[in-house]
Formats: sequence, C-alpha cells, structure tokens
Amino acid sequence: MSVIVATSLAEAFAALSAHPEATLVAGGTDVMVEVNAGHRHVADVVMVNRVGELCTWRHDGAMLHLGAGVTWSQIEAAPIAEWVPVLAQAARTVGSPQIRHVGTIGGNLGTCSPAGDGLPGLAALDAVVHLASPAGERSLPFAEFMVGPKRTARVAGELIIGVTVPVLRGWQGYSKVGVRNAMVIATASVALVTDLDGRTVRLALGSVGPTILRCTEAEAFAAANVDFANGAASAAVVSEFAALARAAARPIDDHRSTAEYRRHAVGVLAGRLLRRAFPNE
Amino acid sequence: MSEFYVLHVNGAAREVRDAAAGESLLFVLRERLGLMGSKGACEQGECGSCSVLLDDQLVCGCLVLAAGAVGQRIVTIEGVAPLGAPSDVQQAFVDAGAVQCGFCTPGLIMATHSLLERSPAPSEMEIREELSGNVCRCTGYGRIIDAVQRVAVARRGAQ
Amino acid sequence: MTVTQTGTDTGTFAGTHSGLAGRLGDSVARPDGVPKAQGSFQFAGDLTADGFLWGATLRSPHPYARIVRIDVSGAWRINGVEAVLTAADVPGKATYGLISHDQPVFASDYVRFQGEAMAAVAADHPDTCRRALAAIVVEYEVLAPLTDPERAIDGSFPPIHPDGNVVRHQRIVRGDQSIHGPVVVEGTYELGRQDQAFLGLEAALALPAPGGDGVELHVATQWLHEDRKQIAACLGMPDEKVRIVLGGVGGAFGAREDISLQVHACLLALRTGRPVKIQYDREESFHGHVHRHPCTIWMRHHAGTDGTIRRIEARFVMDGGAYASTSSAVLINAVTHTQGPYRCDHATVDGWAVRTNNLPSGAMRGFGVVQAAFAHEGQMDKLAAAVGLDPVEVRLRNAMRTGDHLITGQEIVNVAPVARLIQETAALALPTEPVGGHDHDPMRLPGGAGRTADERHIVRGIGWGVGIKNLMYSEAFDDYSTARVRVADGVATVKFATVEVGQGFVTIVGQIARTVLGVEEVVIDSIDTEIGSAGSTSASRQTWMSGGAVEGACRLVRERLFEHVAELHDLEAVQLEIDGTDVVDTLGSLRMSVAAATAGIVIDETFEHHHPATEELDELGQGNCHTAFAFVAHRAVVDVDPELGLVKVVQIATAQDVGRALNPLSVVGQIEGGIAQGVGLAVMEELLQVDGIVKNATFTDYLVPTFLDMPDVVISLVEEPDPHAPMGAKGVGEPPTVSSTPAVVAAIRDAIGKDLHRVPVRPSDICS
Repeated sequence: MSVIVATSLAEAFAALSAHPEATLVAGGTDVMVEVNAGHRHVADVVMVNRVGELCTWRHDGAMLHLGAGVTWSQIEAAPIAEWVPVLAQAARTVGSPQIRHVGTIGGNLGTCSPAGDGLPGLAALDAVVHLASPAGERSLPFAEFMVGPKRTARVAGELIIGVTVPVLRGWQGYSKVGVRNAMVIATASVALVTDLDGRTVRLALGSVGPTILRCTEAEAFAAANVDFANGAASAAVVSEFAALARAAARPIDDHRSTAEYRRHAVGVLAGRLLRRAFPNE
Repeated sequence: MSEFYVLHVNGAAREVRDAAAGESLLFVLRERLGLMGSKGACEQGECGSCSVLLDDQLVCGCLVLAAGAVGQRIVTIEGVAPLGAPSDVQQAFVDAGAVQCGFCTPGLIMATHSLLERSPAPSEMEIREELSGNVCRCTGYGRIIDAVQRVAVARRGAQ
Repeated sequence: MTVTQTGTDTGTFAGTHSGLAGRLGDSVARPDGVPKAQGSFQFAGDLTADGFLWGATLRSPHPYARIVRIDVSGAWRINGVEAVLTAADVPGKATYGLISHDQPVFASDYVRFQGEAMAAVAADHPDTCRRALAAIVVEYEVLAPLTDPERAIDGSFPPIHPDGNVVRHQRIVRGDQSIHGPVVVEGTYELGRQDQAFLGLEAALALPAPGGDGVELHVATQWLHEDRKQIAACLGMPDEKVRIVLGGVGGAFGAREDISLQVHACLLALRTGRPVKIQYDREESFHGHVHRHPCTIWMRHHAGTDGTIRRIEARFVMDGGAYASTSSAVLINAVTHTQGPYRCDHATVDGWAVRTNNLPSGAMRGFGVVQAAFAHEGQMDKLAAAVGLDPVEVRLRNAMRTGDHLITGQEIVNVAPVARLIQETAALALPTEPVGGHDHDPMRLPGGAGRTADERHIVRGIGWGVGIKNLMYSEAFDDYSTARVRVADGVATVKFATVEVGQGFVTIVGQIARTVLGVEEVVIDSIDTEIGSAGSTSASRQTWMSGGAVEGACRLVRERLFEHVAELHDLEAVQLEIDGTDVVDTLGSLRMSVAAATAGIVIDETFEHHHPATEELDELGQGNCHTAFAFVAHRAVVDVDPELGLVKVVQIATAQDVGRALNPLSVVGQIEGGIAQGVGLAVMEELLQVDGIVKNATFTDYLVPTFLDMPDVVISLVEEPDPHAPMGAKGVGEPPTVSSTPAVVAAIRDAIGKDLHRVPVRPSDICS
C-alpha cells in the first residue's frame, strides 16, 4: 500500500513500473468519489497532479498543447480561453469552482465518461491524445482514444500526458443541458467548432451515446450550405443541421433523462450553436 | 508510504499515522487531526461543506486524497482567523443572518474568503457563480449574498 | 413549581420599551452564530469520545423480499469488529414508529423497502464496518414489490405488512352534495417524492452507562422525548435510564422526526460497553429517513359564473411507503386543506394514505399541505380562466376571513388576512430587469452555466400561489412544551428540551427573557431530556409552543420578583413593572436594576404550555381538529426556454401572515429558505424509484437549488398580532414552502401556455 507523489515524469514512470496496477490520481475529483462511496478500494496510488511537465501548456501558433495536469480553472481563463473557446465554455460548466481548481483535462480523458464536459470540445477539435510509458510515447486521435463509456485505449502502465488541439480561426462554443443552472451533470451536450480557413464546421455530441459522437453528416451539410464569408446560414440550413444532429444521437433512457428528450435537446442545441456561429440569415 | 505522513495544516506540521490509503483530506482533518470545522455532507464534491484551501486554491476536502497532499499548504476554517476573533467574513455571516443550521457555513466562509481575495468587489452574479459549489439548504442564499456584499463594501471603506 | 395553562394568551408585554438591544422585535444575531461560522459549533457528527467505535447498518438491496437466512459469522471474523447485531439482539420492543409502531428495529422476516435495516456492526474504523457489512450473508426470497398505491386501495395486492396495506382512509362530507356547476373545472395533480436533503447527515454518539444500566445518546433529532420513548421501549429500559442530549443539528425539515439510527447506536453501545458513533453517508441518508409523500390528487371545483367556489370534490392518494410513520396525520392535513385559503361550505373528499414497498414517507416541511396546495392552486387558475378573471381577482373573491370555516366545520378563529396578503404581494415591484438582465449575462438565462439559450429563445411568465397552513399538532394531540427559567444576580438561565435545528429558537429565547424580565444576560442550558417535553420542532410550532412556555416561565419569575421587591419596599406587586433593565414603581419613585433586585436571590419557575384541546375528525371528516392557522401569498416570475424545457426562476414576491415578527431577520431567513425548498420541488427535486429501487440517492443526481437557481425574494411581513398566539406571533417555517411551488408552476404555465400538472416539472414536460 503506497501513495507516491510524483514530481516529474521520470518519477511517475518509476512509480508506475513498480506498481503497474496503481491508481493514477490527478485532481482526484472522479477517483475520490468512488473511493468515498466504497465503490473503489485503492491500494497503490500514483499522484500526478504535481508532475511539472504535465502542468504546463504550450502554444506554438497553429497548435496548443495542454499538459494532462492543466486544470479547468486554467482553461476557463485567458489566454487558453481565447485560443480554444469551446474548451473554456466547457470548463465553466465542470462541477463547481472547487472542482475546477483541481480537476484536470487529463482526468476528464482518463475517466472518459460520455458526460465528460471537456470531451465534446476535444472531439470537435480533432484533438490528439498523448500517452506515454517507460517504453515510449504514442499519440491517438480522440476518436480512437475513447472506445466506450468510461473505456479508453490507455493500457496499464501508460500515462495520459497531454492533448494537442489546433488553434482555429472561427467561432466555437459548448452548450450543455442539465436540470440545474450550475453544478450539474450533462443530460445532453453539444460542441461546435468552425474553421474559417479550412471551411469546416465540426459538431460533437455528449451524453447521447456510448462515446462522444461526431456528426459527420451534419458537418458536411453545414460546410456545403453556410456562408463562411458573411457568417450566414439560412433558417432552413439551421433546421436541417439540427435534424441531422438529432439523427446522429444514440441516446438511452436513464434516471437523468429520456432518450427522446436527449435526442430532441441535442438538435435544439446544435441549431442554436450553428446560429451563434453564423448569426446572419 | 501512506502509513505515516506529514500534512501542513494551518501553519503547523501535523503527523498522520496508521491511515488507510484511500482516506480523504476531509476524513483525516476530522477524524485524525481533530479539526471538525470542515463538514462532510455528500463526499462527492457536490455541496462544498468541506471546502478548504490547498496551496491557496479553494478545493473540496472530500475529493483530496490526504496522503497526496503532503507538502501542500492546507488552510481550514480553524486557520482562517484566530478562534477568539472572528474574521470580517465570519462576523458578517452572523450579522447578516446568513447562518441558520450552520452546517454549510464553514465551507461558505472559506469560499467567500477565497472569492474576495481574487475579486474584492464582486457583482451579485459573480458571487452567485463563485459560490455555486456551496449548497445551503436553510437560507435560500439571500442573506449569504448580503453578507458577502457587506464585507466587500466594508473592505473598500477601510482602504 | 409547574403551572399549566390551557387558555389563550393575548401576548402583551409589560416591558417592550426601547433602550435595550436584543428584545422582541429586534433582528438579534443568533447566539450560536459565531461558533457556527468558526467551525467550532459541535454538530452531532462532530462528537467523539475516548475509545469510541464506529457503527454501521446493513441495508436491504431489495424493496420486498422474505429473509430466508442471515449469517453474520463472516463479519465476526474480521479484525476490529466488536459487535454484530440482528433482530434477535433487540431486548425490548421489536418495532418502533411515531404513530403506530410498525417498523422493525431490524428486519427479521421480510424487508419492505430498499434500504431497510437488517443488522448493525460496531468496529474500529468506518472501513472495517464496511467490510464487516459486506461479509454478512443474507439469503432472500425476492418478491414482486407493491409500488402502485391504487393496488393498495383496491385490495388487489396481498398485505405486505400485518397491519395491512391501507394506513388510513378519511372522507370529508360537508354541506349540500347535490351542488353542481354552473362552472366546473377539474384536474389531476401529481407530486414526486421530495427529500429534505438537510446537509448535516444523520449522526449520533451513544455512551453506555457503567454496567449497561442505561445509555446517553447525543443525537441530531427533532423531538428528544419522543425519541426517548421509542428508544427506551426497544431497549427494554424505563425511560429514565435513557438520557437524550441534543447534538448539533444540521437542518431537519421533518426528516429527523422519525428515529433512524438511534436504537441501533444505543444497542451497539450497550453491547460493546463502549461509546459508539454512527454517521450516515448521503446515500444511506436518502434510504434512512422518511420523505415527503408522493401524491396524486384529483379535484373538481364547482363555481358560480362570478368565480366564487360553491363546492369542491377531491380524491387524495398518498404513497406512505413501507411503514406508517406520520402518514395518517399527513393525510389529515392534506384533506382538511383541500379548499386552500378560500371560503367553501360544500365538499366531498376521499383521502387515502397507503402502504407500498417504496421508501417510507413522513414529515417534510408543509406536511401534506404542500400537496393540497399544489392541487387547489392549479384549480384556482383553471377557475380564473374558465370565468374570465385574472388569477389575483379570483383569489380575492374567494379569500378566507376570520370567522369562515374549513370544510371540516372548524371555524377559523385566527387572524386570516388572506385578501391583504394577496394585495400586498401584488403591490411588490416586479423585476425591473428584462430577460437576461441589463448586462446580458447569459448566466441569468435558463440553463445558466450551460449556455443553452439566447435571450430571444426565452419567454417570461407570472404565476400565483396562495396558501393556508395549520400550526401545531392536530386531532386531540396535546403537544405541550415545557420551559424552566431561573434568575439569579441578574442572569436568566433558561432550560428546555426544544430542538434547535437552525430555525433560531435559541435566538428568541434570549429576546423573550430580556423583554419580559429586563435581564441583560441570558444563558441557555443544555438541551436534553432533563426537563419535560417541548414537543417536536415541526409543524411551525416552536415559537408558539416553546416560545409560549419560555414566556410563561419568565412571567412567573417576574411575578415572584415583583413580590420580592414589593415586600422589601413595602409596595404592592401590581404597582411594579419592568422598564428596560429596571424594575420600576408605576405609582411611586422606586427604580432599581433587575440585576440589583435579583442580587443574592434565586427565582426558579417552570411553565408547561398547552394549546387549547383539539378533536379527532369524525367519520364524515368533521371536527375542530386543528389548533391554529397561518396564511401566505406568493407571486413567481420565471423565464422559460420552451424548446428545451429549462426554467430560471427570476423572482418570488411574498406577503406572509406572521402575526408578529419576533425577530424579523430570522423570519426573513425562514421565508427565503422555505421558498428555496418550494422552488426545488417545482423544478428539480425528486427522489426517483423504479420498481421500488432508488435511482438517484446522491447529491450528483438528487438536485437541490444552488446560488444560481434561487431567485431574488421580495418580502412583505404582514404583522397582525394573533390574539390566540403567545406574543402574537405565528409560526413562519412552513407557509413559504406551501404555496411557492404552485406559484412557480403557474408562472411556467403562463409562460408557455400549456397545462402542467406534475412536480417537479421536467424539461420534457415543458417541451414535449
């Protein structure tokens, strides 16, 4: 039984080598919920929230690299918020201020809940997730990283070290429906990212499927039918976009909502986000 | 190793012995260090009653792995002001009627101190958003907002 | 000396002069405020004792099952386990309960709801307890649960309890049963299961007396003496061997009126000979206490074309869950408040409280009247629409006044300023900010931080709710309260068993003593069973009942003081009065401080305060069953996103009949807090069960309003001192919860133009 507080990647890997089945803890805001409830019994723990290399971000013009230990409070604020507004808006909806101070983007990836607030934005941004182990590093597109509800491609001994997202020109936003005006788990969420240079619209849905769902049909439809130069989309285009988002959803009934409402909600949100991105008729 | 570690709480080094690996900071503060001011009401970060400062950041003590907090500065409600002399925030909560059952109060005091450090003149919406991680079941929040505003005004007047 | 008073009290004070802070009518700060703000106030869960053990409870995973076998040997094999108890270890009465004793301390033959207690352990660490519980093997024969209350009524489900599936059936038949129309409106209304969701979880520390000859329990509860009675019976001990001391209470709202962990903690302490502490976690708390009754209400109003109510028909079905708790009293509250605060002399009501395999239901703030109000207020809006009146006018036309009658035949003798409440509420300013506010902060919109809407998506609505709430206990129950006041050297020490749950009784105790006695320093003694009962902190009754007891004891002390001073100075006692902190001779020149007058003497008086007797309802639901009434009006303004079904409550305006605000700041706190719970029920709070299985027993999924969900509250305190109330003050805790919920729902209906008949209103109810 041990709790190792790693302060460097080398220390983290050493600890992971010694205890390959150790529980990795960054902010602890997911793990401790399970531990406190007795649903998870921890023996060996490797704390990675103070690994210097993981707690930094790097902006090199076209790309933004966020270390896994970057917190939601950091993402919510400038300058990160200016580069990736979709993640910043998502950050503002993560739990409470207390959660955002310690909760990390790496933790969101590690838990990989379909309701994870950071994930639709990462999906829409075509984020690349970086994993490392003593054997080396590998990088996966988000879509390959998240393989199911709370299931990822990470293998034992591997550490999520960060994520790379593009810094795009164009509107982006995140909306989430919950029955409370703060501190609520998404019953449905939508991230929309526009790329004025690449002339694309990207749409990702949360809480309406086993993974975050990208809506490729809606995206293709929008790219072909919006006016990027004038920031315009017709009411008919917005309506069809919403319908395609609804069609892409694969929701279920549970205690938080119904499949029917979730499907309806992602359509409404997708339409509203497209309108925010293209405010002119 | 988790069996023995030292936490820095309210300016003092506190030894923790024979703890189990998964114990939260809230549990250790209360049950091992006797600091009962931090309260637990949900154990999942949804109520804020256990709010403490960890390296100056407001966090939920229930979601901090205690053994992982070695080397970090921990400030609890017991350390936010000397026991004999309530802080301006504590006094304002009492005077404004922001305290009823009082179970959420220590967490809210911590959150308010933290908020006013970062933002000395918060708007009402800012107060609501910044304190939205602290649930109160008795007051309906109105008197709490009043208390926070009273402190902000008094501090500005004192400058 | 104990004096019993059964009459009424006009509540005038000899000494309500200015010059002394902290008297009745002042917004005095609470005496426990600083310790609570400093974290040094001891809640029940903060208590420890040398060498204490942790206790924990094994609970049923099934809503209904026959217990074939329990094998606890595995728990005994775990290091650190000191006791393992089952039903066989209960030395006294095997069952407990507030009204009928139908709930087992530990289930032994059947479990009847998910979460029912089956065994308890004591061990050295909570984790050891957890492992010990996991090591207990229970073999169940799982049975199909009874979850539909109608099947309990129609008899189609075999009894799930020896007492049967109907807890109580009560009819009310009054007046002319043939009245019909000309205007008829009807509706069916549903309320989901609301949880009290106090923050301070159930906790207790039990200390065994040497040799096991008694036990002292420090516990967060609502009613010390009722706890003691039930605990002592289960322990097989006389009451005096069980001492109950109030542990700090982190909110209650009804959920602590029934006992939960009390007997378990005492049994474990007596068995181990060591202190035992039990502290529930949130999930266990949801299973471990009673909830507000889920309820279905059908109502049909017959009215004149001018909107005056002529006759009401109603049927109430309340899901009492697995055990009776207070279901029979909740039912009576519901059916007797069918008409709301409106005149009505003809009625036909059929009410049922039934047993199911759902979680037990019992007391929660509003106690049956919340359910009735949601229905009668929905009906008033339908009536308004049917006759072409606005919601305010139809309520004014029917507003109850002093001297009117309930459909039980009971005359309302209390102050009943219903029309004034409506008018004062209507006069309160509506929000000046448009949708989204002048600053266009998206956080103000429905959806809040989720940024789901833009201002153009939002519609605003306004709705009304007006309520009547009975105060104190009903149906011949003598819920008296006892207080003892001792004055020596200018200091008053007050002793009572009144539970402080946060409402502020401890604040007004000082105010009463200072006002009546002119003392400056008031000491509150330990709150425990070393004095007579105070009754429960519930039913909006403690200001009236225990406030009345403290006031009565203070008056007795004052009489003795006057006699003492009169004798020393050769005066008549009747000449003397209290002026500020002095005793003065109204006919002469004597003036001396109360401190000086009481120097070197001790005056000690006890007073037992009873309210006038009430009656049981007869078979037709007639009788003077209630003690007193208070009234309230609410107007809600809400912003609604009709497409997504999300709601932001923008403002609640309210005028409340408080009699006299003994501490205006405390009254405001009760009003705002009560409204928060009403808003919660309207738009988010529901503990869900599917086939008897609880789906959301966490604060992640049982949502209570946050700072961003609570509206501005605008308040008018209507002070018409009630001649029947001690000090003129009515209870204020429950009315805010009674009609704020229907006001919010009415506002949503107004915004979207659609009927809504269920709370909480779900997004899909709005947008489907």
